[in-house]
Amino acid sequence: MSKKLKKRIKRVGIGAVIYFVAVVFSRFAPCFYIGDLSISTALFIFLAAYLIIGGDVVKNALRNIGQKQVFDENFLMAVATVGAFFVGEYAEAVAVMLFYQVGECFQSYAVNKSRKSIADLMDIRPDYANVMRNGIVEEVNPEEVAIGEAILVKPGERIPLDGTVIKGNSSLDTMALTGESLPRDVMEGEAVISGCVNLSGVIEVRVLKNYGESTVAKILDLVENASGKKSEAEHFITKFARYYTPVVVGLAALLAVVPPLAAGGGWGEWIYRALSFLVISCPCALVISIPLSFFGGLGGAGRAGILIKGSNYLEALADAEVIVMDKTGTLTKGVFAVRKIVPSEGVDEKELLETAAYAENFSNHPISRSLLQAYGGEIDDARLKEVEEVAGYGIRAILDGHHILAGNSKLMESRGVDADAVEENGTVVHVARGEEYLGYIVIADEVKDDAKEAVDGFKEAGMKHIVMLTGDRKKTADSIAGELGIAEVYAELLPGDKVEQVEKLLAAKSEKGRLVFVGDGINDAPVLARADIGVAMGGLGSDAAIEAADVVIMTDEPSKIVKAMQISKKTLGIVKQNIVFAIGVKVLVLLLAAIGIASMWAAVFADVGVAVIAILNAMRAMK
Amino acid sequence: MRKTYILEDLDCAHCAAEIEAAVGKLDGVISSSVTFLTQKLVVEVEDAKAGKITKEIKKTVKKYEPDVEVVEK
Repeated sequence: MSKKLKKRIKRVGIGAVIYFVAVVFSRFAPCFYIGDLSISTALFIFLAAYLIIGGDVVKNALRNIGQKQVFDENFLMAVATVGAFFVGEYAEAVAVMLFYQVGECFQSYAVNKSRKSIADLMDIRPDYANVMRNGIVEEVNPEEVAIGEAILVKPGERIPLDGTVIKGNSSLDTMALTGESLPRDVMEGEAVISGCVNLSGVIEVRVLKNYGESTVAKILDLVENASGKKSEAEHFITKFARYYTPVVVGLAALLAVVPPLAAGGGWGEWIYRALSFLVISCPCALVISIPLSFFGGLGGAGRAGILIKGSNYLEALADAEVIVMDKTGTLTKGVFAVRKIVPSEGVDEKELLETAAYAENFSNHPISRSLLQAYGGEIDDARLKEVEEVAGYGIRAILDGHHILAGNSKLMESRGVDADAVEENGTVVHVARGEEYLGYIVIADEVKDDAKEAVDGFKEAGMKHIVMLTGDRKKTADSIAGELGIAEVYAELLPGDKVEQVEKLLAAKSEKGRLVFVGDGINDAPVLARADIGVAMGGLGSDAAIEAADVVIMTDEPSKIVKAMQISKKTLGIVKQNIVFAIGVKVLVLLLAAIGIASMWAAVFADVGVAVIAILNAMRAMK
Repeated sequence: MRKTYILEDLDCAHCAAEIEAAVGKLDGVISSSVTFLTQKLVVEVEDAKAGKITKEIKKTVKKYEPDVEVVEK
C-alpha cells in the first residue's frame, strides 16, 4: 500500500468518526432542549467532517475550474455534496463524500494490487551477471556483458543472458517463462535461455547474445507493451465516457429547473433529485474495470506460458472461427526419429541398426542423425572405408571389408538387392550387406502428445473449420490428419501456396469470425502476418517467432491455444458482465432518482458500489 | 520517434484517457497512448519537434493531474 493511500485512509477514517458523532448528536440533541443552537452546532460538526473527508475533492474541483476542466469526478462530487448542504441534507452530503472516498481508496488499493501481481508475474529481469574476466569473477549489470564472454551462474540465480553451457550440469526452472513446472536438465554444450532459474549445479555459460537481444529482454518488452494495444471494448468505453458524463449533467440541470418552473415550486425536491444525478454521472466503474479485466487476462495467460501481444488479440481470440495449423513443428514434434526397425529373417535388429548407423555416420542429414541417435553406441572409424554418398539414392561404404548399402529402394535395385516393398509413412531406409538384404528402418516425425487433445478442444470450442497445411507428402499428411481427426488437409504446399490457401479461407469465413494460424515461426512469417491472429509455437529461443506472431506459445504444446481461447472467452465474459451491470444499474438508478424513488444513497451505490463490484469482478480475469 | 514516459502516481483511469487525448493534440505528436495499469505514456513524435516535447507533455499532464510525476524513460 502506498504512503499516499495510507494517509488518505487515515484521514477518511477520522472524518468518519466525526461524522458518526455528528449523526448521533443531531439525532439526540433536541432531547437536551438546546433548541436552535443544536442545528447550527450539528451543521458545524457536519461541515468539519465534510472538510476532513472531502477537502481534497473540493480543492481539486476548484483548481480544475480554474484550468477550465469541469465535468471531472471531483467537480461532480463537490457540486452534488455542496448542493446537498444547501437543501439541508447535511448527513447525506457527508455520507456521499465518505462513501465516494472509501470507494476511491478501494479502487487505488485494487489497482495497485493488480499492478503488483502483474509485476511479480513478470519478475524475470536478471539483476546482475557474474562475468569471468582475467580469471576473476565480477558482478556486473547484464547489459555490460559482451557476446563471447563467459558467465558463472550459481544455484538459485537467474540466467541473465542467452548462451551455451561450457562447463557443468544443472537443472533449470523455466516456470516463469513457460508455465512448465518440471525442471529442464542441461548439460555441457547445450543452449540455455535467460530468465530461467538455475536450480542445482554451478554452470559456466558462454554468452551468445547481448542483453537487449536476449530472450528475457524481448519477453519483458513484449509484455510491457501488450496492454498498449487496446481492444474494441476499451475504445468503446473511452468513447462512452466522453458522452455519458456531459449528458447526465445536462439532464441534471434540466431536472433541477424545468419541473419546478412548469409545476411552480418544489425547488428543493427537484434540486435534490438533480444532485443524485450528478453523483451517478461518473463512468469510473467502466473506465477502470474494463482495462483491468484485459490486463488480468493477459497476466493470467502469461502465467500459463502464453504471451499475447495486445488486448485486441486477446479479444479477437474469442471470435476465432477458423483454425489453420502447420503440421511440422506444430502438431508434430518436427524431429525425425526411428519409429520402426524391421530386420529380414535371420538378421538381428541390432545388427541392422548398427550397419545403418555406420553407413550414415558422416552425413549431417536429419535422417542420419536420427539413426545415430537410435543406435546410441560409439562409431569406430577404423572399421569403415570408402564411404560414398549417391545423391538421391543413399550411401555406399565398406564396413569390416564388406560392401554395405543404406538408402531407398532404387539404390537396392541398382545393386541387384531384392528389397521388401514397403508401404509406410515417413522415410524408409533399406540396408544391405553385399547382396544380402538386412531389412529396413522407418524414420518419421512424431505427433505431439497433446495434439489430439488440442484438436478435440478446438472442436469443443466450436471452430467451424479446423485445417492442416503442410509441405509434406499427401500420404503422410492424410495419415496424421486421420489420427488427429482433422478433416481439412492441404498437403504438398510451397510456402507461397500456404499464403494463398489462408487467403482463400479468409475470404470464405464470416465477417465477424477470426482466422487463427498456428505455425512454429520458421519460414511461415508471411502466413503468420496474413492471418487475423498469428500464433507461434515454441517461442523459447526463436526470435523470428516472437517478432512475427501476435500470440507466442512458450512451450511446445498446441493445447495451450485452446487454453488461450478459454482465457479470452472468460475475460470477454467478465468485460460484458461489467458493461451491462454498470450501465444497467446506473440507468436504473437514474430513472428511479428522476421520479423521486431513489435517494442519494442509491446514487452513491450506483457510483461507488458498482465500481467496487466491477473491479472485484475484473480481478477474476487474472486467475 | 517514439518516446516513453512513466506517469508516477497516476491513479484515476478517467484522467488517463483525458491525458491521452490532450497529449495527442500537442503540436508534433503523431499518436499517444496512455496505459493506466502500467502507468505508461507512449508517444510518437515528429523528429523535428522531439526536443521540446517532453516539456510540453509535462505541462499538459500537470494541467490534468497535478499530483502525477512525469518521468522520461
